[in-house]
Amino acid sequence: MASLLQVDNLTIRFPRAEPVRNLSFEIAEGETLAIVGESGSGKSLTALALMQLLPRAAQIPNGRIVFGGRDLARLGQREMRHLRGREIAMIFQEPMTSLNPVMTIGRQIAEVLKVHEKLSGRAARDRAIELLKLVRIPAPEKRVDDYPHQLSGGMRQRVMIAIAVACKPKLLIADEPTTALDVTIQAQVLDLLDTLRRELQMAVVLITHDLGVVAQWADKVVVMYAGRKVEQALPDDLFNDPLHPYTRGLLAASPRLKHDFHYRDGALTEIPGSIVSATGETGCPFRPRCNQARSSCGHNVPQLIVPAADRLVACPFTTSIKAVPHAAALSH
Amino acid sequence: MPALLRIGRTLRRTLLQAIPTLLGIVILNFFLLQLAPGDAADVMAGEAGSATAEGMAALRSRFGLDNPLLVQLGHYLNNLAHFSLGFSPRYGMPVADLIAQRLPGTLTLMAVALAIAILLGVILGSFMATFAGRIPDRLLSIFSLLFYSIPSFWIGLMLIVFFSVKLGWLPSGGAGTIGSRLTGLPALLDKARYMVLPATSLALFYVAIYARLTRASMLEVKNQDFVRTAYAKGLTPFGVTARHILRNALIPITTMAGMHIGGMLGGAVVVETVYSWPGLGRLAFEAVMGRDFTVLLGILLLSSLLVIIANAAVDIIHAWLDPRIGAR
Repeated sequence: MASLLQVDNLTIRFPRAEPVRNLSFEIAEGETLAIVGESGSGKSLTALALMQLLPRAAQIPNGRIVFGGRDLARLGQREMRHLRGREIAMIFQEPMTSLNPVMTIGRQIAEVLKVHEKLSGRAARDRAIELLKLVRIPAPEKRVDDYPHQLSGGMRQRVMIAIAVACKPKLLIADEPTTALDVTIQAQVLDLLDTLRRELQMAVVLITHDLGVVAQWADKVVVMYAGRKVEQALPDDLFNDPLHPYTRGLLAASPRLKHDFHYRDGALTEIPGSIVSATGETGCPFRPRCNQARSSCGHNVPQLIVPAADRLVACPFTTSIKAVPHAAALSH
Repeated sequence: MPALLRIGRTLRRTLLQAIPTLLGIVILNFFLLQLAPGDAADVMAGEAGSATAEGMAALRSRFGLDNPLLVQLGHYLNNLAHFSLGFSPRYGMPVADLIAQRLPGTLTLMAVALAIAILLGVILGSFMATFAGRIPDRLLSIFSLLFYSIPSFWIGLMLIVFFSVKLGWLPSGGAGTIGSRLTGLPALLDKARYMVLPATSLALFYVAIYARLTRASMLEVKNQDFVRTAYAKGLTPFGVTARHILRNALIPITTMAGMHIGGMLGGAVVVETVYSWPGLGRLAFEAVMGRDFTVLLGILLLSSLLVIIANAAVDIIHAWLDPRIGAR
């Protein structure tokens, strides 16, 4: 499939920190790419960078974000506005606060149509009702005049999706779209996203810290740690044979991936320390928390290597860890 | 129409609450005014220069000032129950007529001042919020602090000195050219010319408040998630500000504006005195000096009514601006 978006060596710099460093990935048309990592790993900032919605203090000193032959990292405001909501759309983590509380949802959907498709008020409203139907909101003719506070969290996220897909974008960025929702609603919303992705032939960047979501909905996975890509693989490979010690830790810490696991059987494994310990370190950013760390890990940031087809990992010792049984690798 | 229903419910509640409030205000004011030394008879006798004890007693009995306090209050409330504000001994006419003469002047002055204050304040505040922390914001902040701190009577006097005395552009006082027989548009323009300086001096203080309030409120709204959503839709910065930020930021400003209507009446006393504007404020001032408590009580009652109406209007505007309010 043709490449839709290509991120090359993206670095995001704040005056005192570089939360994303030399990040590269690629998305093909119609594909779902999952970016996984814990809070603070730079995944949300990456998403905002794709839309040029980074906070004012942030800069992109180097790297390119190539979309449709243009570098989004250097694109002017006017051209960027033309892309936002039309070719690249985004939905956010918090459906409770992501909608304007004093505007009906119909008008909020219509707004994006008026801006990009120059629809009249009447036509935009009709399209808004159609879109509400598309995202499976019952009685859309009535709901179109509702205010956000009259809807549940799941419904609001559906409205956000309706806004995002209104102009049939080529790329949809979903930044933890289900984190704030009930577990029962999560699957519905993700199924909806997946259906729309197929119907509208759009690519999806799914940002999440939920590995269960990745297993079910992603075509390709990028694992981020402290602003760097530490592993990239197809979901099956990642879950069956995680290579990076961080990925192994994440998988071991996920309750839903272990069948018939119950809390009485013992505590979940955890990764010791926190992501903060990566700041100011030389060498591998995961070294302070890694149970496989050796003295040589402190020298250089590990380069991404290709251990197998369609895989990348930023740890030189993967082959040797591979021999160690899963549980033993994580006990400490 | 759920919006109309919401507004209707708000209005009914306000009306029901207004009656005990007004009664309380009348009784409280009545006793408060009794604390002031002297009465209308004292002042009139003083102004006449010569008065006998018999003459003063006669005046008092004619005005009903010699009755016990509770009887006087009873009379006043009885009058009110018959929709009468009583009779002013000093002006020799019913208080209601007196107020009716002066009310339009004050209402127009206040309305124009409030309109200037909100319009200018919101525009300047939006401007300050857009350039927050940069030079335009700093400069405007200094000016708003200045106008916030300078008393309105001094601004009034300085405006007269500059625009009337030095430049001769605008009249220094009054409410219209005396003896002119203008009608229609020229009459309106003539009135507007007399309105400029008093309305500006009354408004400047509030411009400063609304500008600072708008700035703070907009900066707060600016960081909310739905603003990011609006940008993600591809709206222009102006579109985001006008359609998403401003409307949310206006909610606290309408609250303040409603509360300021009462304060503006107080400010009108000063401004109307400086510009010899024939309004309620100056009437109140004269009534205090003349110890004409019937007039004063009438003005106070009317002012409280005005404040209650203003609050109801604010409630309605709120119910319209913020759909979440009706739902509570």
